[in-house]
Amino acid sequence: MTTRIDTRFAELRKQERSAFVTFLMAGDPDPVTSLAIIKALPKAGADIIEIGMPFTDPMADGPVIQAAGRRALNAGMTLTKTLRMIRDFRKDDDSTPIVLMGYYNPIYIYGVETFLDDAKAAGIDGLIVVDLPPEEDSELCIPAMKAGLNFIRLATPTTDDKRLPAVLANTSGFVYYVSITGITGSAAANSAAVGEAVGRIKRHTSLPVCVGFGIRTPDAARGIAERSDGAVVGSALVDVLSGSLDADGKATAETVNMVADLAASLAEGVRSAKGGVKTSG
Amino acid sequence: MNSLPNSFRSGPDERGHFGMFGGRFVAETLMPLVLDLEKAYADARVDPAFQRDMARYRKDYIGRPSPLYFAERLTEHLRAIAAASGRAGGAKIYLKREELNHTGSHKVNNVLGQILVARRMGKKRIIAETGAGQHGVATATLCARFGLDCVVYMGAVDVARQEPNVIRMEMLGAKVVPVQSGTRTLKDALNEALRDWVTNVHDTFYCIGTVAGPHPYPMMVRDFQAIIGDETRQQMQEAEGRLPDSLIACIGGGSNAMGLFHPFLDESSVEIFGVEAAGHGLDKLHAASLTGGRPGVLHGNRTYLLMDDDGQIQDAHSISAGLDYPGIGPEHSWLHETGRVTYLSATDEEALAAFQLLTRLEGIIPALESAHAIARVIELAPERPKDHLMVVNLSGRGDKDVPQVGDILKGRKT
Ligand SMILES: Cc1ncc(COP(=O)(O)O)c(C=O)c1O
Repeated sequence: MTTRIDTRFAELRKQERSAFVTFLMAGDPDPVTSLAIIKALPKAGADIIEIGMPFTDPMADGPVIQAAGRRALNAGMTLTKTLRMIRDFRKDDDSTPIVLMGYYNPIYIYGVETFLDDAKAAGIDGLIVVDLPPEEDSELCIPAMKAGLNFIRLATPTTDDKRLPAVLANTSGFVYYVSITGITGSAAANSAAVGEAVGRIKRHTSLPVCVGFGIRTPDAARGIAERSDGAVVGSALVDVLSGSLDADGKATAETVNMVADLAASLAEGVRSAKGGVKTSG
Repeated sequence: MNSLPNSFRSGPDERGHFGMFGGRFVAETLMPLVLDLEKAYADARVDPAFQRDMARYRKDYIGRPSPLYFAERLTEHLRAIAAASGRAGGAKIYLKREELNHTGSHKVNNVLGQILVARRMGKKRIIAETGAGQHGVATATLCARFGLDCVVYMGAVDVARQEPNVIRMEMLGAKVVPVQSGTRTLKDALNEALRDWVTNVHDTFYCIGTVAGPHPYPMMVRDFQAIIGDETRQQMQEAEGRLPDSLIACIGGGSNAMGLFHPFLDESSVEIFGVEAAGHGLDKLHAASLTGGRPGVLHGNRTYLLMDDDGQIQDAHSISAGLDYPGIGPEHSWLHETGRVTYLSATDEEALAAFQLLTRLEGIIPALESAHAIARVIELAPERPKDHLMVVNLSGRGDKDVPQVGDILKGRKT
């Protein structure tokens, strides 16, 4: 089964460049602004869009993404509304891959089967669920694969060569390498170490390897893009979004543009990278 | 309805499941650490040297065995209440005196075990979450004893209401980090400890304070606390020549309860009661996950949780910081669904009343957590016959609660 993610990486391979992947929280700072931002991202140069599903207890996130989730929940965001937002996005964009990222409990409570049906119908292409390691694959990973959704696994510096095959076994779409041990918004890893880790993962898989955590500037994005198949930026975009809000935490006339402008300059960084998608497949 | 298992003591399975509950729902970064711990604990468990060390420190450092004390005046008081309402009964009440342990609660039983495992693993830095501060104090204490770095995460709300314990932890050399995120109580302290662990994977051991978290924690913490039930069994045999008829314990995450219950789970003659915190009342803000929640996934395991229809975790409330948690250990969820253990609850007001009653009748100031168990004893004991042997786990002493309860009572007089 070919997904929008597979198609997108095939295109990038032809263009000989790496992917620019953005992360923002669904419903941050409110559902209307959030949709407007997501609609602006492909034009700003985002190749793949990750959308956070807000959760009260984001154990792997730093203060910036925690605050984004809180703003979204305070604005009434729910998983149902997140799926509706993606449906709206899909009305004018049928090619940009959308990956939902978050924690398992809201999906478990929604009901795994119903969620997969609704996610597929909404035009979602992949899932990243932080608290579902391969040991819990029967929960969502296997059912998602059967439903035709990519289940994108996180590999980390603690995932050694012995464990990598298990982590990669049911992964599809791409592999997300978390470049540091830590929470989102932490300091970046140096790009040499990242290059080494990506090389190590690639010895085990032909899937594209994207790298995230700690990438904040166009330069850093270029450095990562030169050593991987894609650079993921989250906290830096959410930081700019948060800085654009008024004293009450509400969106201003600048919010959408400010996020889109940063995305455009980060995309520029990724596109200026020498190298590009090194995946053989 | 599932058929009942042959034994209630055989869980969890190798993937950490108690029926559908438990598991290992953690980020990939932590998964190799969780597997390392599983292996280190499996090795320790069968190592006579580890068992010898445990026995020695239990005796000489913690002060075990803790007494099983016949609470004569509480028994008589409740018999008088029974008689006044025309009932002939009034169970014979025994207190398992975990509050006499070094550091003042049952928490130290578990911390001793985990710190000895951490030493075998060569870990130099220990982190912990705490609600009432009892687990934090126990962790800080054993870190002082073994020369380990100690960082304790504690919700900012709890830092304020359990100040005596914050001072103790700092004196013992621990760094106490007030957690400002979320509801600023135990659940958020747990989140913050997990964030620390995921960042400091190489040198850090996460010492969880209750029978929750990813496998093997619920099993390991239960095993370390089971000394409570093992001793109770032997002490009751010596005192009365037989098994107790009922057991009762308060439940935050459920470690003092599981420690008392586990050795008795297959004794079908023994009635078992867990008491959750009903806070302001079950129709208002409370912390009774089994009574008011449903199965979900949080903090590494599937278990009963308080949450809304979108799967967002709800605020818990209890007067006692140690019970103020919207979840419960997965083995309790399973014992609830199989019906082996009956789960009740007690409100803030009932716990306050029980706190004062035990203090005045027995000269024992209980922790507010333990007072929740006493609150249900006040109802259950008069309904049982006089030859009924009831054991209450007095999980901790109330010194830490004296300022808070003092303020509440003073506020009522004026
Ligand atoms: C004295 C005491 N009892 C009970 C508890 C609740 O924990 P658990 O249910 O794990 O025994 C605490 C927690 O802080 C405590 O300090």
